[in-house]
Amino acid sequence: MNDTSQTPVAAPAPAAAGGAASDAPAAPDPTSGTAGGELYRRHALPVRVMHWVNVVALTLMLLSGLCIFNSHPALYWGQSSYSGRPAWLEIGATQAADGRIRGYTRVFGHTFDTTGVLGVSTDAGQMYVQGFPSWLTLPSHQWLAMARAWHFFFAWVFLINGLGYVGYTIGSRHLARDLWPTRPDLRGIGRSVLDHLRFRHAAGDAAKRYNVLQKFAYLVVVFVLLPLIVLMGLGLSPRLDTLFGGWVSLFGGRQSARSIHFIVAWTLVAFVLVHVFEVIVTGLWNNLRSMVTGRYRVPQEAVHN
Amino acid sequence: MGAAGLAGCDRLSQTDWFPRVLGSAEKLNQRVATLVTGRKAMAQEFTPADLSPSFRSNGTSNPDNPEYQTLAATGFADYRLEVAGLVAKPRSFSLADLHALPSRTQITRHDCVEGWSAIGKWEGAKLSALLDAVGPTAKARYVVFRCADPMNDDGTSPYYESIDMDDAYHVQTILAYKLDDKPLPVANGAPIRLRVERQLGYKHAKYVMRLELVESFAHIGDGNGGYWEDQGYQWYAGI
Repeated sequence: MNDTSQTPVAAPAPAAAGGAASDAPAAPDPTSGTAGGELYRRHALPVRVMHWVNVVALTLMLLSGLCIFNSHPALYWGQSSYSGRPAWLEIGATQAADGRIRGYTRVFGHTFDTTGVLGVSTDAGQMYVQGFPSWLTLPSHQWLAMARAWHFFFAWVFLINGLGYVGYTIGSRHLARDLWPTRPDLRGIGRSVLDHLRFRHAAGDAAKRYNVLQKFAYLVVVFVLLPLIVLMGLGLSPRLDTLFGGWVSLFGGRQSARSIHFIVAWTLVAFVLVHVFEVIVTGLWNNLRSMVTGRYRVPQEAVHN
Repeated sequence: MGAAGLAGCDRLSQTDWFPRVLGSAEKLNQRVATLVTGRKAMAQEFTPADLSPSFRSNGTSNPDNPEYQTLAATGFADYRLEVAGLVAKPRSFSLADLHALPSRTQITRHDCVEGWSAIGKWEGAKLSALLDAVGPTAKARYVVFRCADPMNDDGTSPYYESIDMDDAYHVQTILAYKLDDKPLPVANGAPIRLRVERQLGYKHAKYVMRLELVESFAHIGDGNGGYWEDQGYQWYAGI
């Protein structure tokens, strides 16, 4: 990322688009950086549908999850919250010496004033005490019962959709064909890292395939992070904890499960931020079209400077 | 766009029909959880080393109820647990009667709907033994727990809860009279609190004064089976 800000010439992606524009007779789409090339059917209908169902379900689960978190905005390791050990993360509000309410966030014993974002926020000029602010929670004000209703309904939507995706991706060989890294992929990891850092994007036939970092990211999300967050959510259920004599102990206990559930949720947010960033820099409209209609315009080759 | 979406979701939450759609997951959760774990699944039990140094009191810590305060003043010597409804032999139990029933001691984790957990050692009469003594009729489907703590500031809306017969007869379901080897403190529900270990904390009614065996709880409170259920919380609190 740094080298783009230091380079006086335009970043590689727009430069590549410019290069293509001068070569290609067809009117280029300057925002996509993918002028010219053939339209290629990139995403099958089931993948597109399940992708957007997943976007809706995960978004609603994140927001309702943060509302649930707000009813006890502290996280612990172990089985219990009252073990004599302090919370490793705590968001709260306290009255300062001048009488004003301040929001604080304490992480591993370090306390930060987070007034305005965490602990205490302002809505229409009115200060209110709430862990995560109302614009990040569903319902927007503290309403635990309703947040749980949203969370557990969309948990089923997410789960059924996710199982459908895993079934499809294995059954259709999407996993073996498109997602599983090949030997050349693995040999090219170093180069792929450099390409990403330089915003050097694949063109031609290479653009029809996922690059190796993309494959790893998707595989980790689909087969590690999402199953883990589901498992940790199930570990919060006192009834499901009865299985195997208390299986949640394998993860350190119920409060550890709650911590892991929270950490994985934010790891997924981080993935989505990188994902959306890559979608934008490799051609927002072209990528969006490919996830809506399935069609992707393959960027032409030999446009690198 | 995000703000508009959130406002839309807030409006949906306020409708009559949408929460019912969301609530359809509750029955599914109960069915699946029961199917996966089995009806007699046992909650995890712990060792004395796991005990929370002091067991958190949540909700009511001292019922604002003159009758309760009178009972408390004499150490609950005059306390009687009434058992009524769909039973062959309605009767009341003194604390001594409850102590005479087969008991169980268990160290379990209490999971609050808010998200926290605490571990305590509970000792109490098995609810199954009490039910055997009164003989529920074939029609009885739920046990309703009527409590001494008013939930409104004006002293009205006493707490109540209900569980089904699977939970009522479960081995770990007890009417606890001891916490951490001491008589149950007022802050934790003296003289009697329900322990129904496979569900969240709000099902564990404190200050229990009366049990009613019923076929349906539709006629009680707002008809949802408990004080918090009437505020929109799920009746099935196994997740």
